[in-house]
Amino acid sequence: MEFPTSASPQVIAGYTVPRVMFQVLLALAPVLAVQVYLYGPGPLWLVAVACVTALASEALALALRRRPSQAALRDGSVLVTAVLLALAVPPLLPWWLLVFGTAFAVLIGKHAYGGLGQNPFNPAMVGYAVLLVSFPLEMTRWPVPGPEWDALTGATALDALRTGLRQGYTMQEVRAGAEFGRLGAAGSEWVNLAALAGGAYLLGRRIIRWQIPVAMLAGLAVPAALAHGLDPGAHAGATFHLASGATMLGAFFIATDPVSAATSDRGRLLYGAGIGLVTWIIRSWGGYPDGVAFAVLLMNLAVPLLDRVTVPRIHGHP
Amino acid sequence: MHRAGFRMSARPVLRGGLRLESHKARPLEHSVQLLPAPSIAVLALDQGSGEEARAVVTPGTRVRVGTRVAAGIGAAADLHSPVSGEVRAVELRPTASGQGTCIVVASDGRDEREPGLAPLNWSTLDGAALLEALAGGGLAGFGGAAFPTAGKLALARVAGVELLLLNGAECEPWICCDDALLRERASDVVLGTRVMLAACGATRATIALEDDKPEARAALEAALAAAGDARLAIVVLPAVFPLGAEGLLIAAVTGREVPTGALPPEVGVVCQNVGTAAAVARYVSAGMPALTRLVTVTGSGVRRPANLEARIGTPVAELVAACGGYGDTPPAARLIAGGSLTGRALATDAVPVTKGLNCVLVATAADLPWREAQVPCIRCGDCAAVCPVALLPQQLHRAARADDLAGLARFGLTDCIECGCCDYVCPSAIPLTAGFRAARERQQLHEAERRRAVETKARYERHRRRQGEQAEAERRAFEAARRRAQSDGAGRA
Repeated sequence: MEFPTSASPQVIAGYTVPRVMFQVLLALAPVLAVQVYLYGPGPLWLVAVACVTALASEALALALRRRPSQAALRDGSVLVTAVLLALAVPPLLPWWLLVFGTAFAVLIGKHAYGGLGQNPFNPAMVGYAVLLVSFPLEMTRWPVPGPEWDALTGATALDALRTGLRQGYTMQEVRAGAEFGRLGAAGSEWVNLAALAGGAYLLGRRIIRWQIPVAMLAGLAVPAALAHGLDPGAHAGATFHLASGATMLGAFFIATDPVSAATSDRGRLLYGAGIGLVTWIIRSWGGYPDGVAFAVLLMNLAVPLLDRVTVPRIHGHP
Repeated sequence: MHRAGFRMSARPVLRGGLRLESHKARPLEHSVQLLPAPSIAVLALDQGSGEEARAVVTPGTRVRVGTRVAAGIGAAADLHSPVSGEVRAVELRPTASGQGTCIVVASDGRDEREPGLAPLNWSTLDGAALLEALAGGGLAGFGGAAFPTAGKLALARVAGVELLLLNGAECEPWICCDDALLRERASDVVLGTRVMLAACGATRATIALEDDKPEARAALEAALAAAGDARLAIVVLPAVFPLGAEGLLIAAVTGREVPTGALPPEVGVVCQNVGTAAAVARYVSAGMPALTRLVTVTGSGVRRPANLEARIGTPVAELVAACGGYGDTPPAARLIAGGSLTGRALATDAVPVTKGLNCVLVATAADLPWREAQVPCIRCGDCAAVCPVALLPQQLHRAARADDLAGLARFGLTDCIECGCCDYVCPSAIPLTAGFRAARERQQLHEAERRRAVETKARYERHRRRQGEQAEAERRAFEAARRRAQSDGAGRA
């Protein structure tokens, strides 16, 4: 009897990229739910706008590059980019700005470099950075959560902390403001908890591994705790930093994007720690309220070096 | 009484690897079934080591059971006829490795034994004499590599190894012929181990097997107790793929890593398969060279999975027939020689059993689903997490795609053991192992070309030098002649 042949190994687990991406989207659901609870339906609308824009941009890019589009559109990676960007921007952002940011992320951040697996920078953070640099006002106006969420928009807690301290207010005075919650920023501390829950799910399902999130959180929390210990009046503590801004979203969903991250275990520890540290530096002394996006992009730049210097010792080698 | 020593390692015995669902239960439901001799035995000159033995018979030669039909050379052991009859042809035939020269023997059905085959009084022989005797038995690595056993033991003896490691770690999830062997013929394994100890000069032997073989372990303990040889011990390891790979097993048992490019004797160890030990035992106790082996015939595509004792040269089709033939629902989709991870897909069931063939996996589409379409690498690093030799397959993949020879060398292409773990977990369904195999071939080609270029250059330079020397000599001769002519002329003047 005759049989078709195939190269070894003859069987693979078949845990495919679309399934990985679907799990990531599933883990983002609590973040979206909390945002909707806090800020109303705005985030839902933004997620929808971003997803449609991302799929259209992906299809356009694939057509321009003359690549088959079906499988690429279905792999879900572009939806993860879209949802991450939509969840990272302020919920009241004008929709056309998000269209611009998403299209930029997909067309320039991803496909200009060769598409899935080739982009050196996290596409969602490329889109975010372009929006933040181009439209700083719209990108930093967050609603203060509460029943009359549509009435109040203002600075985020990270913003208020930096400007307040620079204007000579004491830490106590600054933190008495409405932007602050129990742990960190009002509202965004709940978003952070939701992202932490989603991240724990991804860790449990082994979709992501622990090195990057743990290193990033440590890279942020350790210097924050040290600075706070030395000068509590000038520096917020570790808890505040962990529960504010895009910390948890960054640690579990953005920094863990494997394509643009370092690839060895040791490299990932350094990569994550670098993101945490740069985030803390930008938050403490930089010109922007949150530093996660820039920290991720800066560490993306360091990835080729990290990959080069963190090759593990091969079995049988000295 | 001898007490078998145990060690359950506290540290992880293997970096990475896979814990795979076992499919060993069904063939092990029955005891080993002895297959009748084939009417036509097809003896591949390459029994699995990649090198062909040299045929010493021609069509028409009369052979008996145990007659040597091919002489060992390099990585090929002697080959003997498993039946009595007549050589019909020495020709190219499909084999487990694709295609190779085979000696085709038509059996006369009488199974006459070669005269002069007698038990070996091994305990009276010294190491060198024992090695020479073993070399005549056609013994080769039954784990799959089919490297000549006597040659491996001789290398070990020269290097002065301390430990003989018996590999009973059958980590492929479908293969269970070693399990069956240990359950039913543990005393053969123990005897063969003692013979090989004497031959290689090691001071102790350790038989390694996994914790998913309690019956085999019990049988082995009983056999060890009966033998009462304190130099022999058992080590039980967790069932993780690919722990049965020689270098990884040595590291798991001894904590020593065989240096890259070196052989196990470098760290004082020689490794042999338990099936090989049983074959050695048969050779010394009955005088019979390696003529049969145990083969697992399994998969949902065969009606009655079983472990068979088949003569070398029996066509795989006869093994399947002995197991009730191919099933209809669902039909067999692929025929694999070896296991689901490292096995080779056969194009036909006309290939013969070789000394290296441990399993015939008749797989349905449900047993071994076809790969999904490949998508780009997303650098997730799952491959690196499971790589048992700590490579970064994602980086090797990138270097292979770019044909970056320096990158391939830096990321350890030659250290890849082709176990397939990286492929197994890759969410992008990239055929990484096949890519590395191809890259290695390109690397070797490139290396050969480079060597040829260096040789050509050297040859050219020698040629130029010779030419230069010749020209110089001619010039000198001319000068001398001119001077002579001048001085002659001056004399005349």
